Amino acid sequence: MTETTITEKKKEKPIKWREMAFEERPVLAAGHRLCAGCAAPLVVKFTMMATEDPSICVSSTGCLEVSTTIYPYTAWQTPWVHCAFENAAAVASGIEAGLKALMRKNKIPKRKTNVIAFSGDGGTYDIGVQALSGALERGHNLTYVCYDNSAYENTGIQRSGATPYGAATTTSPGGKVIPGKPEFPKDIVKIAAAHDVQYVATVNVAYPKDFIKKIRKALASDDASFIHAFSPCPLGWRADSSLTIRIAELAVETCMYPLYEVDCGEYRLTKMIKKENKVPVEEFLKTQGRFRHLFKPKRRDDIINDTQKWVDWKWQQLLRLCGVKEE
Amino acid sequence: MGEIVGMTGDESIAHAVKLCDPDVIAAYPITPQTIMVERLADFVYDGELDSEFIPVESEHSAMSCCYGSSIAGARVFTASASQGIALMFEILFIVSNARLPVVMGVANRALSAPINIHAGLEDQLVCRDTGWISIFCHDCQSAYDTTIMAFKIAEDKEVSLPLMYGIDAFIISHALEGVETLEKREVEDFLPPRDPLYVLDPDDPISVGSLALQDSYYELKYAQEQVMINSMKTIKKVQEEFGELTGRYYNVINTYYAEDADVILVTQGAITGTARTVVDRYRRQGKKLGLAQVHVYRPFPEKELRDALKGAKVAATIDRSITFGAPGPILYSDVKVTTSNGGPIIQGFIAGLGGRDVRIEDIAKVADRAFETAKTGEEPSKISWVGVRGVEF
Ligand SMILES: Cc1ncc(C[n+]2csc(CCOP(=O)(O)OP(=O)(O)O)c2C)c(N)n1
Ligand code: SF4
Ligand SMILES: [Mg+2]
Repeated sequence: MTETTITEKKKEKPIKWREMAFEERPVLAAGHRLCAGCAAPLVVKFTMMATEDPSICVSSTGCLEVSTTIYPYTAWQTPWVHCAFENAAAVASGIEAGLKALMRKNKIPKRKTNVIAFSGDGGTYDIGVQALSGALERGHNLTYVCYDNSAYENTGIQRSGATPYGAATTTSPGGKVIPGKPEFPKDIVKIAAAHDVQYVATVNVAYPKDFIKKIRKALASDDASFIHAFSPCPLGWRADSSLTIRIAELAVETCMYPLYEVDCGEYRLTKMIKKENKVPVEEFLKTQGRFRHLFKPKRRDDIINDTQKWVDWKWQQLLRLCGVKEE
Repeated sequence: MGEIVGMTGDESIAHAVKLCDPDVIAAYPITPQTIMVERLADFVYDGELDSEFIPVESEHSAMSCCYGSSIAGARVFTASASQGIALMFEILFIVSNARLPVVMGVANRALSAPINIHAGLEDQLVCRDTGWISIFCHDCQSAYDTTIMAFKIAEDKEVSLPLMYGIDAFIISHALEGVETLEKREVEDFLPPRDPLYVLDPDDPISVGSLALQDSYYELKYAQEQVMINSMKTIKKVQEEFGELTGRYYNVINTYYAEDADVILVTQGAITGTARTVVDRYRRQGKKLGLAQVHVYRPFPEKELRDALKGAKVAATIDRSITFGAPGPILYSDVKVTTSNGGPIIQGFIAGLGGRDVRIEDIAKVADRAFETAKTGEEPSKISWVGVRGVEF
């Protein structure tokens, strides 16, 4: 328990966008093999742009990992390790504990070192949720970033606990009887927040300033932090690769993937969408081939309306938690 | 040299680990390993040991934490058994391929199902292909001593591999024995601080755990195997140095009256002690029985085993493990392959699964069988199960 929130503790440094863009930050070198339009490298880039101290990165098995480190090459310009699919949080815990012990025992020089884990939605919501929960509960000083592309993209677009309702994946196809994924996604952000860690937030590649501010807060916390990063996947979502940022904006404007933070237990909306500006979810769904079966050959109003109802319900829930009244 | 202290197998491991001053301990409790972890927690919580104690939520995470801490350059210890080893199995291969010296104590327990908490070596034996150095101890003293040697072997730069060592569930883990202890200063002199093979340095970044495909995986595995084979040299060197320090000399194959024996019992773990008693009895009766304990199991001491078995007519392997539908259990198979170009007849026995008592009479029966085989010179066609109710031996 802390008396002051991270936001109060961490004096905000202005984000000088132009300067940052030209700064030679050792992050991901060009030549990695992620798809054109993939948001995952942006998630890494914005996260690392926010760092002010040296960092060690961990990845779980998935698109980001396989596409950036094809032996003998690597795109990572910061120390990076991959172990397995479900254990990024545990590996990061081990690194953090190791560094802590070695520094305490004067075996290595003392310096603040960020430990940052990047894991997909599969590696976070599903197979890795136990390791994540353990790390959050133990409160290691690490930042866990889930890049959510809403499916197991690396193995060929299978459904995950993050896949939206009605979305077609290779294991929840838009079938004649069952039109896409029959379940709504689980709320991993609330699951993380339920561990009462100091800082949990959602970020989105279309809102880089908000993204960087939140990562800075996550890194400033001396607890485990959890970041949910919405991460469009043109290949798996069957979307035009030039639309990545537009889709990311729509995710926020429809309130399907709202931007907020939970700072020492306080829910705070960081991007309010006024009632009159709220875009119908249909606009989001229409941009992606994974929802095409909801529009053609026959329009599935039932699924579209249920999605809208669910989004509205979750949004109202969030507004209440944030103490915001909709006029 | 320290005093003699009464300790169980678990306690002797915990006390020896304390002397080795690990930086990180990440472990999850499972009977009958629990006392190792509980004692270490006591040491840390009472300020007697300066380690990060990570109370992980599973063995899978225990091994994953060990991976992370070891890659950060820390000295790392964990302990497990049975289901716990099965749960961390996936990560064992990854730790060894990354050349990370993690040390793991194992209270060798039978695998489920049916669930059982007693002795069985299969939890560790099935890890034979994981790329870990693997050692089986036979009493509390060897558990204590092996702990101290384990860190030195695993962390040696020529080796830099993970190492697991086992003690039979309850039979050793909970048996109280007098253990000759070492002093902190002696262990400090014996065991240098860890000097890692590589480090994660933000000023000189490297990537570990890359995707290696058809063009490189094969060569990388060949290289890994060379390291494993070469580790035998270091293991022997450390055993020798430990002998000089303590007067207790260990070998990769520990023999007992093997030189002139007609029949040699080949054992691992706690059964070794009982087998020694049988050898003593038979020797008193003038029967040429000997013993070869496979102490270091991976890398497998082929040459040393062949030398030990050289003069014998029959080698009787006793496996406290089972592998279904195979030509024979695991130890048997390794011994058989090792001696396939000449050597004694290998006769395979299974005994003591699920902690069933393996008594002096049981081992005597094995010896008698082997002497019969020595007389006829005929290789038996099947593996015999010692003392299974309802099955003729
Ligand atoms: C234990 C285990 N089970 C299954 C797999 C196969 N696998 C590798 S990556 C992956 C999906 C990754 O999904 P996610 O975490 O969402 O990352 P993405 O590829 O979508 O970026 C799966 C199922 C594995 N590597 N390990
Ligand atoms: S499949 Fe999707 S997540 Fe994977 S690299 Fe391509 S766009 Fe990115
Ligand atoms: Mg995914």
